[in-house]
Amino acid sequence: MSAALSPVRDPAMGMRLRRRRNRWNGMASVLASVATVVALGALAWILITLIVLGLPGLKPMIFITVTKAPGSGGGLSNAIVGSLIQTALGTAVGTPIGLMVGTYLSEYAGDSGLGNAVRFVSDILLSAPSILIGLFIFSVLVAPFGGFSGFAGAMALAVIVIPIVVRTTEDMLRLVPVTLREAAIALGAPRWRTIVFVCYRAARDGILTGVLLAVARIAGETAPLLFTSLGNSGYGGLGGAMASLPVTIYQYAASAFDDWVQLAWTGALLITLGVLTINILARLIVRRR
Amino acid sequence: MAGRTLTVDQVMKAQARARVRRASGPGDAIFKLLAHAAGGFVLLLLGAIIVLLFMGGLPAFRAAGPGFLISPAWNPVTERFGALISVYGTVVSSVLALILAVPLAFGVAYFLTELATPRLRQPIGTAVELLAAVPSIIYGMWGFFALAPWLSAHVEPLLANTLGRLPVVGVVFAAAPGNASLFTAAVVLSIMVLPFIAATMRDVFLTVPSIFKESAFGLGCTTWEVMRNVVLPYTRTSVVGGIMLGLGRALGETMAVTFVIGNTNRISPSVFAPGNTIASLVALEFTEADQGSLHLSALMALGFILFVISFVVLAISRLLLKQGAPT
Repeated sequence: MSAALSPVRDPAMGMRLRRRRNRWNGMASVLASVATVVALGALAWILITLIVLGLPGLKPMIFITVTKAPGSGGGLSNAIVGSLIQTALGTAVGTPIGLMVGTYLSEYAGDSGLGNAVRFVSDILLSAPSILIGLFIFSVLVAPFGGFSGFAGAMALAVIVIPIVVRTTEDMLRLVPVTLREAAIALGAPRWRTIVFVCYRAARDGILTGVLLAVARIAGETAPLLFTSLGNSGYGGLGGAMASLPVTIYQYAASAFDDWVQLAWTGALLITLGVLTINILARLIVRRR
Repeated sequence: MAGRTLTVDQVMKAQARARVRRASGPGDAIFKLLAHAAGGFVLLLLGAIIVLLFMGGLPAFRAAGPGFLISPAWNPVTERFGALISVYGTVVSSVLALILAVPLAFGVAYFLTELATPRLRQPIGTAVELLAAVPSIIYGMWGFFALAPWLSAHVEPLLANTLGRLPVVGVVFAAAPGNASLFTAAVVLSIMVLPFIAATMRDVFLTVPSIFKESAFGLGCTTWEVMRNVVLPYTRTSVVGGIMLGLGRALGETMAVTFVIGNTNRISPSVFAPGNTIASLVALEFTEADQGSLHLSALMALGFILFVISFVVLAISRLLLKQGAPT
């Protein structure tokens, strides 16, 4: 900027300076474009790898057959069902808690010390390593009760859901216009009815987006399930070890059997498509307005 | 993303449904209690995570003393455990990842805020955000089967034959056999944290008042000069906060790293040699360790150390982002 400000008396020098500044500007544009191409290229490379290696194994059979010993034509049905159940239960437990925390932060906490502490802790949990959530649930729900369980897996996922829902709920409730609350209160509604029937309704799309993003996040989580629901070659149940798609992929991808590796790629394709679809859906909901 | 505006009519309808009783009754007190309890629960959750990890690791801390932090040992058979190598791998792979990711993320943010046309901005921005949505295990498989062979066939020899020939620093880039290495892990991590850093940078770049930028443009500054002399100085604190957020994410990343780092408990001067991280070691060995064994406790202790490191990094990130936010 100083170059632009300094008076230039020699026109030849001025031209040189301008060319040099334009060169720098051009170089920055080229490098930034290259960086963007690298980022998009990485996404494309990942998706192409998944499609090329995963699609050949995508047969209806894998949805109706459980995982079996190598070479005996197993499928992924137990892993898919296990993932669906644990994800659903994790979301069902985590969402109401996250919603109430978000409500507390937006409607009650204000700028109080406790409120800021909750906000801070929730943001830390949002980015905390998920494997540590697995260790935590292991020491609370697995070790004392003598065994791995699908329930413990779902609870580990619920812990991950909470901070995601908290963040979006607080942000969305803060966007609800004050006049709307005032109108409700002027009509004689108690505060809690104002929040539930007016604020939640106004912020519904935003809150739903947060829940969808949370579902997308936990559907692909592997680390917190390793020590909680462990994995199972059959369907299992919430009370005992339970299979899940990410853990099955992890176990099969590193195996020496070609058909297992193929199943891992097909599972990886399924999970990525599912997660990306939910993400795009969540974005469309926000944009709809 | 402004809140949807309800018409007065809609408010009235909601009110009609809500107005079962005009007096507030006990509902308000109960709802307020629930909200406060939920807030308290989150505090309790974090407290419980810290305490339980520490308690779980206590036998290992006791057995090894303060030496646990600096001991390179990791032997489940002789029950000798130390954190040095996995902490080293965790920090080195994450810092390397940032060295690769920060320039890329800055480039993406610069492109999205200053160069892209409005038509391009949204699809490219969404695509970059989708990178953050791809599950960790997918990065692991892609890294192991696609990226690692390519890196070791093309990038590693190139670096080993150029930077590796330099005196002193050459050992860092000395060629090593095998696809799995700290370097491979760092490249995968850099792609994984890139969207977090880029999104933060983009968002804070957009907070710069346009009057500042317009003034600089009016003085004849180029786009790059505006970025360099107006936008970056204005957003410096938040940019560093975004980078720390990326670091916090990289430190605890588990599945992707487990696939590509080689899982060897050794410190090598070369970044092309395999290693391990706290998260990968815990993921691999935790289910093999017996209940109540010192091995299990040592893994818990590592988890506690990882938690402390991530907590500090994420706390700094949050403080910087909060400080940098326009008031």
